[in-house]
Amino acid sequence: MVDPQKTVAQQAQAQAQAQAQPGATPSHNPTLVAGGACSSLRHESAHLHVAGEARYVDDVPLPPNAVHVALGLSSRAHARIVNMDLGAVQAYPGVVCVLTARDIAHHNQISSVGAGDEPLLAEDHVFFCGQPLFAVVAQTRHAARHAAVLAKVEYEDLPAVLNIEQARAQGSALVCRSLEMTRGNAPQALASAPRRLAGQLTIGGQEHFYLEGQAALAWPGEDGEMRVCSSTQHPTETQHMVAHVLGCPNNLVTVEVRRMGGGFGGKETQANIVACLAALAAARTGRPAKLRLDRDDDMMITGKRHDFVIDYDVGFDEQGHVLGVDMELAARCGWSADLSGPVTDRALFHADNAYYYPDVRLRSIPLRTNTQSNTAFRGFGGPQGAAAAERVMDEIAFATGLDPLDVRLRNVYGTTERNLTPYHMTVEDSIAGEVMTQLAQECDYRKRRAQIREFNKTSAHIRRGIALTPVKFGISFTATHFNQAGALVHVYTDGSVQVNHGGTEMGQGLHTKMVQIAMREFGLPHDRVRITATTTGKVPNTSATAASSGADLNGMAVLAAVRTIKDRLIAFAATKWQVPPEQVHFTAEGVAMGGTLVPFATLVNAAYMARISLSSTGFYKTPKISWDGATGRGRPFYYFAYGAACAEVAVDLLTGENRMERVDILHDAGLSLNPDIDIGQIEGGFVQGAGWLTMEELFWDPSGRLRTHAPSTYKIPACSDRPRIFNVKLMENLPNREETIFRSKAVGEPPFVHGLAVLHAISDALASVDEYRTYPGLNAPATPEQILRVAERLRSKGGVGHAQVHT
Amino acid sequence: MRQHIRFYVGDTLHTLSNLPPQMTLLDWLRDQQNRAGTKEGCNEGDCGACTVLVGRLEQDALVWRAVNACIHMVWMLDGAQLLTVEDLRGTGGQLHPVQQAMVDEHGSQCGFCTPGFVMSMVALSTRADLAELEGTLDGERVINEALAGNLCRCTGYAPIVRAMKKAAAYCAEHGEPISARTPDFTARLRALQDGKTVELHSPEGRVTLPASVDALASAYAQDPAAVLVAGGTDVGLWVTKRLRQLPHIIAVRTAQDLHKVHTRPDGALWIGAGVTYTEAMPHLVAHLPAAADTLRRIGSTQVRNAATVCGNIGNASPIGDGPPIFMAAGAQLHLRCGPEHRVVPLEAFFVEYGKQDIRPGEFIEGVLIPPLPPRSVCGVYKVSKRFDQDISAVLGAFVLVLAEDGAIEQARLAYGGMAGIPCRAKRAEAALVGQTCTQATLLAAQTAIKEDFTPLSDMRASAWYRATVAANLLARLFAVGATGNPSNSQTLENWQEVAHG
Repeated sequence: MVDPQKTVAQQAQAQAQAQAQPGATPSHNPTLVAGGACSSLRHESAHLHVAGEARYVDDVPLPPNAVHVALGLSSRAHARIVNMDLGAVQAYPGVVCVLTARDIAHHNQISSVGAGDEPLLAEDHVFFCGQPLFAVVAQTRHAARHAAVLAKVEYEDLPAVLNIEQARAQGSALVCRSLEMTRGNAPQALASAPRRLAGQLTIGGQEHFYLEGQAALAWPGEDGEMRVCSSTQHPTETQHMVAHVLGCPNNLVTVEVRRMGGGFGGKETQANIVACLAALAAARTGRPAKLRLDRDDDMMITGKRHDFVIDYDVGFDEQGHVLGVDMELAARCGWSADLSGPVTDRALFHADNAYYYPDVRLRSIPLRTNTQSNTAFRGFGGPQGAAAAERVMDEIAFATGLDPLDVRLRNVYGTTERNLTPYHMTVEDSIAGEVMTQLAQECDYRKRRAQIREFNKTSAHIRRGIALTPVKFGISFTATHFNQAGALVHVYTDGSVQVNHGGTEMGQGLHTKMVQIAMREFGLPHDRVRITATTTGKVPNTSATAASSGADLNGMAVLAAVRTIKDRLIAFAATKWQVPPEQVHFTAEGVAMGGTLVPFATLVNAAYMARISLSSTGFYKTPKISWDGATGRGRPFYYFAYGAACAEVAVDLLTGENRMERVDILHDAGLSLNPDIDIGQIEGGFVQGAGWLTMEELFWDPSGRLRTHAPSTYKIPACSDRPRIFNVKLMENLPNREETIFRSKAVGEPPFVHGLAVLHAISDALASVDEYRTYPGLNAPATPEQILRVAERLRSKGGVGHAQVHT
Repeated sequence: MRQHIRFYVGDTLHTLSNLPPQMTLLDWLRDQQNRAGTKEGCNEGDCGACTVLVGRLEQDALVWRAVNACIHMVWMLDGAQLLTVEDLRGTGGQLHPVQQAMVDEHGSQCGFCTPGFVMSMVALSTRADLAELEGTLDGERVINEALAGNLCRCTGYAPIVRAMKKAAAYCAEHGEPISARTPDFTARLRALQDGKTVELHSPEGRVTLPASVDALASAYAQDPAAVLVAGGTDVGLWVTKRLRQLPHIIAVRTAQDLHKVHTRPDGALWIGAGVTYTEAMPHLVAHLPAAADTLRRIGSTQVRNAATVCGNIGNASPIGDGPPIFMAAGAQLHLRCGPEHRVVPLEAFFVEYGKQDIRPGEFIEGVLIPPLPPRSVCGVYKVSKRFDQDISAVLGAFVLVLAEDGAIEQARLAYGGMAGIPCRAKRAEAALVGQTCTQATLLAAQTAIKEDFTPLSDMRASAWYRATVAANLLARLFAVGATGNPSNSQTLENWQEVAHG
């Protein structure tokens, strides 16, 4: 006799198996559903991405009465606006209206940190070249763009401060307070150290180059309502900003984002400009309004990664042990505060990277300049801080004649001693040393290093280099209150599930992981769990999807919501099927109640008939953390994520051209929620980090105009720039010591830091020019030109001739 | 004379007569055809998110080419078959093998660049020789080349390359679905070829699509103010970025007699004005083997599929990569104005920045590249911030002709990026002629070249870098000269082979 319940369960299992992807890690627990959390599953939208069916803001069909917005931009870096003649703009065929600061009845102010220094549209002054002056609203995008260039603006130029050097020379103002961290007595430690060196590291900025530019679509509703589809990482802040600018309560504004075509931090605050102007145009015209920036405008208007100049003074001994560190980290912040405070803070938090500094003083200098307002970008200042730490390790190795890997290993944080950070947090989970050691063995670092040195002895123009660097990245928003998240989970009577949470999907696979958590908990295959667009209407008061925290925070919130529903179902099932609650299990085969298997849908439907609520919110806040910026002390991070990368490069000394011959990465994702997706984050993060440190160069001309405002002039890595040999592995069986979602670790930002291995490998190759006698002091980005300059400098110190004929 | 254009999108025949001259294919697809799968990433042909496939009959055989829809104008499609990402699913709704492999290998993260990648990968998967590329260095190079015009900011490319290999293996074994429809597509495209000149009129302006070079010559003589457009990879940006209106466009590539590319009995290579870089590539590589690695880095696959060799000369950019190469080889430009023909040496064509030796109504019919003399040493080196799809900071193209005793009889050193026009380094050439390939000769030439040029500093490179590299590239050439074998000049591309003999 056929057991109908069993048949359904078997079907579900077969279905789950059929959907398991090739290469997926098989579940050791047969009751766990295939593709559930802690196993690999393809991206929830992959089948839509490849078919062009995944919808982004610009793909949403518009009603025929929709209007389009384009912006008029400042052509001066710092000036008073004497006169702005918009007659020709108004008169252009198809133009509906033109909005200026004067048309904003309420607040012309979108500073996300409440600094009050960021007008949405320029008022009397412009503070950077590219600043939005006015918004043209027209029947077509074409008409809006054509009209926008017709304005006649008269300026009275004012002195402009364009970069860190100028800002320091002119005693330029800071955009926010400077942070200082001290522990022990750094000046004394430096004075008494057997060896001491000081230097300066310059690190360039970086354009996000999300493939989908900034875009928003605003639909006016009844009674002052405004619905905004925005490509934003922070729907709640976008909601608040739109309400602020429109002068209405938050409850009239709903912000929705299904997915972004990349964000990387560039859509955390910078999306607000576009969303607010689209909403203003919609409010003014009463028609749906879209603003999608042309790529060049996007790059001219929006902020980028902060560039830094870092001065360091370090004391050490002959064995390469650091004794004291004094660093000053100056950043170009741009014309407004934006997130520069927390970004420069995080640079300090990571100026130790993975190393213990016995006595230390660190200070940030967030400088205001007449350039785009620099903002969040994957790593959020952390990679710049880590770059300083790695420079210090590398230069100590050079000074002592030790292998840089040994200097790094000697200074790495301990777990029971030598484990206090410059901000007085005890590092409890350090595995940086183990990761480096394991990677060095697995990739044969020492043997290859010796072979490379041998090769360089006889090679005229092609030189090779190798370096192995670690990462230790602090996980949590340093602003403690952001470490909270909400979720909303619905179970429908057919047993299908809808998951919503406060995080946004920008390609990182967050939605996939959230689906996997519900799958694992309910024992459901992925086609029974649906993720929906993130909207402020479902989960309010959310934090930005940033700081690598998306899965940590929202995963726990989703889990809380799911567990609430499960608890109700278990209590109900225990009564109805007469089993103890602890014997009710949600398995891949169905809900097991003692010896009986009931399909999930059957249980759910029975619960509905018994009037049990099948919907729940979930909430989570990160425990243990605290931070006091005034004292520079606290535990800002719940835990650290670790990893190490070894890069081998070849450099052409005639031109400075270079390429990555081989890269090996070993990375700690705890018990990964989705190993395939995490490896994708590591591969992609590494290449983005390597791009930042090598070919990506922002160039402003002397008048302050950004000249690299399109992919023709700003070069992100292309396909052939990936390493020729590229091995990426996760650390195995290494659960997070803290109680994170299924003991996983955050993986968004930490791998970006692995790019530092490339910079140091190039430096190692260059050092051969002078037979390893002079430290190259290579700055970033190490463009071919920068590399050639260093090579020429080293040659002049007695290295190989300028132009040798090699036979 | 026709007054409309005809082309297929998927299986639908479109007949358009009222078409603004500068309407781009991307805007037309997204705004008028509800085909939002093709994305706009940069609107200047650099990111590849808008990549689509254009099928045409070349020597009566159907060939698929990936092009950037953002800088391709709709009228260019006359007589063609267009496929966008929406056209890839099989009749049962199943994904194309490339799409399936991208899903399986996690080739998409944010997904925005993905449709463009998929189209470039499908173009590659229609190649017949895919199976042979598996696991070879050449295979890696072919994939890099096919994808050089597609930018991805999320994945770091590794999973996309894995997906390409997987799809290639699958297609080699089971066939590629679009190639399987070749007879079908071929028949319907043949029916569209009527050899007629087309005139399109719209309130915004007109487009002339001459069927022959004579028709082109007379149209341009009648309206010398018209803008000639071949591949449109430069003019496209006038439209999308400089927002220029183009009231009258005359097409170049529709003139069938401009499509000739062949080696003449005297060994010279003729490239007609309608010939794209892609079409010219095998001929150019055979003619100037030393230029092969640089030619493959001009633009990207999408750009080379649209851009013509002669357009690269005609737009007279100081940083075009083709002109210095052809100049070093001693090319001559064949110009035509109405019925009149004249021939100018390529280097005489470039007068100064923004000024060429060309008259109103005159156009390039083709370029003639003589064979390299016996005992020539040739080196072509492109130096840019990024290896692929980047505008050169410096391009050096060198031809040395050696006497039997090894002395340098003739030297042609042509550079791009060093001045307002592509030009020769006359002082450095003089320092070489009559000398042998010694270090002293090299140093003399390197000193002389500093006198030849006063390069500019800009976002691509400083004057110092350009001057230094221009001199250093001669050292790379001299490494060739010593053995006469270009592969002995170590570069990043070949050092492993060179190092290992």
